[in-house]
Amino acid sequence: MTVAIDRATGKRRGDRTPRPGLGRRLKDGYQKHWYAYAMIAPVAVVIGVLVLYPLGYGLYLTLTDANSLNTGRTIGVNEIEATYKFVGLDNYADILWGPTAYDRFWSHFIWTIVWTAVCVGLHFFIGLGLALLLNQKLRGRTLYRLILVLPWAVPTFVTVFGWRFMLADAGIVNSALDWLHLPTPAWLEDTFWQRFSAIMVNTWCGVPFMMVSLLGGLQSIDNSLYEAAEMDGASAWQRFRYVTLPGLRSVSSTVVLLGIIWTFNQFAVIFLLFGNTAPEAQILVTWAYQLGFGQQPRDFAQSAAYGILLLAILIVFTSFYRRWLNRNEQQLAI
Amino acid sequence: MSTTTAPANAPAEQTGTAPAARPRKVRGRGERSRAASLASHGILTVASLIALFPVAWLVYLSLGPDKDDYLHPGGIWSKMTLDNYAFVLQHTNFFDWLKSSLIVSLGTTVIGVMVAATTGYAVSRMRFPGYRKLMWVLLVTQMFPIAVLIVPMYQILSELQLVDSYLGLVLVYCSTAVPYCAWLLKGYFDTIPFEIDEAGRVDGLSPFGTFFRLILPLARPGLAVAGFYSFITAFGEVAFASTFMLSDTKYTFAVGLQSFVSEHDAQRHLMAATAVLVAIPVSAFFYLVQKNLVTGLTAGGTKG
Repeated sequence: MTVAIDRATGKRRGDRTPRPGLGRRLKDGYQKHWYAYAMIAPVAVVIGVLVLYPLGYGLYLTLTDANSLNTGRTIGVNEIEATYKFVGLDNYADILWGPTAYDRFWSHFIWTIVWTAVCVGLHFFIGLGLALLLNQKLRGRTLYRLILVLPWAVPTFVTVFGWRFMLADAGIVNSALDWLHLPTPAWLEDTFWQRFSAIMVNTWCGVPFMMVSLLGGLQSIDNSLYEAAEMDGASAWQRFRYVTLPGLRSVSSTVVLLGIIWTFNQFAVIFLLFGNTAPEAQILVTWAYQLGFGQQPRDFAQSAAYGILLLAILIVFTSFYRRWLNRNEQQLAI
Repeated sequence: MSTTTAPANAPAEQTGTAPAARPRKVRGRGERSRAASLASHGILTVASLIALFPVAWLVYLSLGPDKDDYLHPGGIWSKMTLDNYAFVLQHTNFFDWLKSSLIVSLGTTVIGVMVAATTGYAVSRMRFPGYRKLMWVLLVTQMFPIAVLIVPMYQILSELQLVDSYLGLVLVYCSTAVPYCAWLLKGYFDTIPFEIDEAGRVDGLSPFGTFFRLILPLARPGLAVAGFYSFITAFGEVAFASTFMLSDTKYTFAVGLQSFVSEHDAQRHLMAATAVLVAIPVSAFFYLVQKNLVTGLTAGGTKG
């Protein structure tokens, strides 16, 4: 690669020309790019005010012992002053290695990792399989696609209700299993089966997105590549391995990352499926919500500290993921 | 093209009348053996049934008149009725919830898309210092677990007296909708040829003029996708809505549906009917735009 001369190309890492002074650079940058900055200003404001400010506030809360009893609030006409105090990193220490830290954090942490890995794995492989099937010439494939997108079309809170009817003790699933003389697990009560149901429902909800995205990716692969491969005598598996998979790479690395982020933070499925009844099946997000809003007194500080830990995990993960992609000469489509 | 690459289905059936010709027929590209085709249809049919069943089941249960009908669904056949729907529409807060859901979702949509459009354009066309950082920030905001924002937002909204107000909820949703819309729109703007911008600039338009006069009209489908995405996200959101909306006439559907469990003694037949009433228009809407939705979502990705 030659050194990029045009500043506007953006990729200037390793560019060693001496830099002018700070004031000069600011002025130049302003003149050259002011319209770009004007255009991103609205989003910068929204992110600053609605995201970064609450984030900073949340970060501050994690360093205090704030809960619903000692924060400032208004009851009728009485203003009650906030009385919580600064406690430093105590919350984090307590969460990570305090007494019963395993029961409160690490067990949920392990389950969250398992949940994310299993769900995204299932989403991806089922989605890829269905996308491959739908990408062939096949009678009725438009109809199949429309039906298969259905779980995505219906709002999650509606589908989860549907599943709760089906998984209830004497619901249709257990009736069917009973009829087949198979064991009828307590889907919504027993810890193992709660986790199983949660994964099942989330897989059901998440496959369409993967399927449709990968289908889009498949359709964008140039057909002549397949023709060329076939001319060279490549078998179906070899065509899949050496044409399809590389062709899908940029789509799949993006949707897998999005899938991981969304699944890791998946709130609705678990919250609506179990409410407060399943302490063992809560992933970190729902657990943090329960600390902050599902109990009395509400533990704001710990809840926010969980949030910061979750965010940190995701950011670290994404950085490594990006570095790994770059090492394999791939770009994330962002 | 040669005859062996003729369309898969039609000739195969026509040759059925002349079986002698069959064994010598060479399979063309994209054609499969009958077994493979059957297997594809089999798998897709099973998958479709799995996709369809929970929703169809919900619809079926919503027709049963008693609250325990979901436990013995066989009985529903003989006494199917639309009474549940009539009850929900007449005797619950259904229309209040509809109103709140629409206000909040449409508010989020309008603000989200308006604010995000210029940024999507800027990151698609311009390379300015801080560009990579901005893209990174847009991605990171996707990662914010509700737990980290919900507590401070609750505090902030209560200080601003915005708890239990539509505006408060719209603002909260904008924090997730705006970055994502910007990201989505960037992908869509990338698919519009840069030559159009250049032509506009040569003709003397400013960057803003180019954006408003040339690109925005061309990007209408992309804007629709981003808008729709914000709409369904806001419509289906549960955690913020159930924390910030306190009075039951201001509930959104996501919260209102849950209130059935406690308020109406787990009247599941009514819950099912409400769920169906909510799902039908949203799903119909979804089907209208789903093709564009996919293009929008993967536009950036497929370009590679």
